[in-house]
Amino acid sequence: MTLFIEQCLNGLQFGLLLFMLAAGLTLVFGIMDLVNLAHGSLYMVGAYFAATFTAFTGSFVLGAVLALLATLLVGMVVEVVAMRRLYGRDHLDHVLGTFGLILFFNESVRLIWGPAGLALPLPAWLQQPISILGFQYSAYKFSIIVVSLIVAGGLYALVMRTRIGMLIRAGASNREMVGALGVNIKLLYTLVFGLGAALAGLAGLMQAPILTVQIGMGENILILAFVITVIGGIGSIRGALVAALLVGFIDTLGRSYLPDMLREVLSPAAASTLAPALSSMLIYLLMAIVLIVKPEGLFSAGQR
Amino acid sequence: MRNALLAATAVALLAAQPALAQQKSIKIGFVSTFSGPTAVIGNDMRNSFELALDHMGRKMGGIPVEVIYEDDAQKPDVGKQKTEKLIESDKVDFITGYIWSNVMLAALKPAVDSKTFIISANAGPSQIAGELCSPYFFSTSWQNDQTPQAMGLYMNQKNVKSVFLIGPNYAAGKDMLAGVASTFKGKVVGQELTTWPSQLDFSAELAKAKASGAESIFVFYPGAAGVQFLNQYAASGLKGSVPLYTAFTIDELSLPLQKDNAIGVPGAQEWVNDLPNEQNKKFVADYRKKYTGLRPTYYGAQAYDAAQLINSAVVATKGNLSDKAAVQKAMEKADFKSLRGGFKFGNNHFPIQNFYLQDVVKDADGQLSLKTVATIVKDDQDRFHDKCPMK
Repeated sequence: MTLFIEQCLNGLQFGLLLFMLAAGLTLVFGIMDLVNLAHGSLYMVGAYFAATFTAFTGSFVLGAVLALLATLLVGMVVEVVAMRRLYGRDHLDHVLGTFGLILFFNESVRLIWGPAGLALPLPAWLQQPISILGFQYSAYKFSIIVVSLIVAGGLYALVMRTRIGMLIRAGASNREMVGALGVNIKLLYTLVFGLGAALAGLAGLMQAPILTVQIGMGENILILAFVITVIGGIGSIRGALVAALLVGFIDTLGRSYLPDMLREVLSPAAASTLAPALSSMLIYLLMAIVLIVKPEGLFSAGQR
Repeated sequence: MRNALLAATAVALLAAQPALAQQKSIKIGFVSTFSGPTAVIGNDMRNSFELALDHMGRKMGGIPVEVIYEDDAQKPDVGKQKTEKLIESDKVDFITGYIWSNVMLAALKPAVDSKTFIISANAGPSQIAGELCSPYFFSTSWQNDQTPQAMGLYMNQKNVKSVFLIGPNYAAGKDMLAGVASTFKGKVVGQELTTWPSQLDFSAELAKAKASGAESIFVFYPGAAGVQFLNQYAASGLKGSVPLYTAFTIDELSLPLQKDNAIGVPGAQEWVNDLPNEQNKKFVADYRKKYTGLRPTYYGAQAYDAAQLINSAVVATKGNLSDKAAVQKAMEKADFKSLRGGFKFGNNHFPIQNFYLQDVVKDADGQLSLKTVATIVKDDQDRFHDKCPMK
C-alpha cells in the first residue's frame, strides 16, 4: 500500500512538473498561434542558469530566484528578437524558425558552459528524506509538489481573476477582436512569451538537481509537453493541468505495475523486454484515444 | 589542352589512390559517440587513442597512421551506416571504438562480411562472445557479464543476502543484470529494466526496490544516467539503509558530477587509474599533461589498448595487411603491454583478465578519484566462450 501511495506521489510530482512546461507551451500556442519547438531550450537554459547562480551565490533558493528572472528575460528577448518575425506566418515557418533556435541554444550552451554538463547540488535541508504517512519520501520531490501547486494556483488566479488574465483568455479565443479593441497586443505577446519561458525555466531548474544539467535535456521532455497540449486542448490552462496529471500518473504507474502484470501472462524474459517499451507507449495511446474521441482536446480554449 | 591533361592526370591519380593506400598508410576507422550527452565518453576514447598514436610516433611498423573518426550519435542504425561508410568508401584496414552494445551488434555484420578487423574498445555483448563470434572481431574491453559477475562475487564476500537489480533496457543492460545474477549466491528479489536512453527519472524503480525489502540494490547506468541515478538514490532516503553495488556507473567522467553521492559506493572494473604498472603510470601522467583538467577513464584505457593491439599486428606482419590469417594470428597473441598489465585472448577473442574492486577516495589534490581496493577475481573468462564455434 505504501508503495502505491509513493508511486502516486511520484506520478503527481512528475505530472505537476510537466504542467509547468505545458502551461507555457499551451499559452503561447493558444494565444499567439505560435508553434514553439524552442520551449525545451528555455527549460534547459533555466537549469543552466540555476546551476551557475547557485554556485555563484552559494544559496540554492537565491540561485533559483535569479535563474527564474534571467530565464524570463531571455524569453522576452527571444520574443522581441526572433518570434516577432514569425507571427502570422505559416506553422511550418514557426517549426523551422524555432528549430533553428534549438540549435542556437544548444550551441551557445556548449560554447558558454562546455559539453560536459553541470551538477546542481541540493542544500542539506532538502537532501534529507522526510517521513510522510509513515514512510520515507524525498524532501526535494515533496517540495517540487508544493511549489508546483502554489504556481498552478497562482497561474489560475492570474488567468481567471486579473485584467491581464482576462486579456489572455480573450486572446486565446479571438485574437483579432482583442487587437481591434485597442489592446496593446505586442506587449501582451511579449509578456505571455516571457511568462511561458519563466514557467519552462522553473520546470528546468526544479528538475535539475534530480537529473543532470546537460545539453539537449529539454528535447525529450518537450515531446511530452506537446502530447499534453494536444490531450488538454490548445490554449487551455485547465486542460494542461488535467492532461499533465494524467500523463504523470499513467507514466509512473505504468512503469511500476505493467511489468508485474505482464509477468503474470508472459515468460519473465519476454515481460521484462516488453514492459518498458509498452509503458513508454501508454501516453501516446492515451493521446490517440483522445484524438479519436475528442479531436479538439479535453478542454479546448473555445469552449473553456 | 594542358588543363585537360592535368585534369586527366588528377583523375588517374585519384583512381590509383586506393591501391596505393594500403602500403602508404594504415587507415583506422573509429566509431564512437561524439554528440549528445554521452559525447564526453567518445571524447575520452578519442583523446586516449590519439595519445597512444603520439606514443608510437604516429606510425605503426614505420607506416604512418591515418584515423577517421565517425559519430554514431548513440544510435545503432547510425553506427551501422558509419561503419559501412568506413569500409566501403574509406576502405579502412581496422575499425575500432564502439561504446554501446546495441551499436556494436548492428555494426558487426558489415565488418565481418567484408573481412575488416573490428575491435571493440568497450561494448561486449554476450551474443558476440557466443554464437556470433568471428575471426575478425576482437575486444580490448570485456564481455558485458564479466564486470557485474565480479560484483556478484564481491557481494557474496560481503554476505549480502538479497538484491534488487535495476538497469537500462538494451543489449548491455540485460547482459549486466544477468551477469550479476549468475554469480550472486543470495536471492534476486526483483529486477527492473528502464527505457534507454530517454528515461532519466528512476523514482518508480527506487520505490519498488524499497518496497521489495531487498537488502541491497545493484545498478548499471553508464554516462550521465549514472549521475542521475546516484542523485535520486541519495534523495530517496535509501542510502543509509539499502547499500548500492554498481558496475560502470561511477567513472572519472561522472565523478565530478556525482561528487559526495559516489562516496562509499563500490564498483567493479578491469582497469583503474592507479594500477601499478609502468605503461599505465605513463598513460595516466601523459593524459593529464596533454589534456589539462581531464582524467582518463577505463573507456580511454581500452581505446589505448585497441591502438596497441592494432600496432602489434601491423608490426608482426610487417605491414602486409592483405594476409588476413596472419593478421588474425598476430592479434590473437595480444603481444603488447596492456594498461591493465597484460591479458590473454580466449577462443572468442575476448580478454581473459583480472577484475578489481574500486572505491571513491579524496586524492592528494583534494579531488575525488577512484582507487583499487582489492582484486576480486583473477584471470576471469566470460561464460559464453563455450558457445563460440571458434576453437
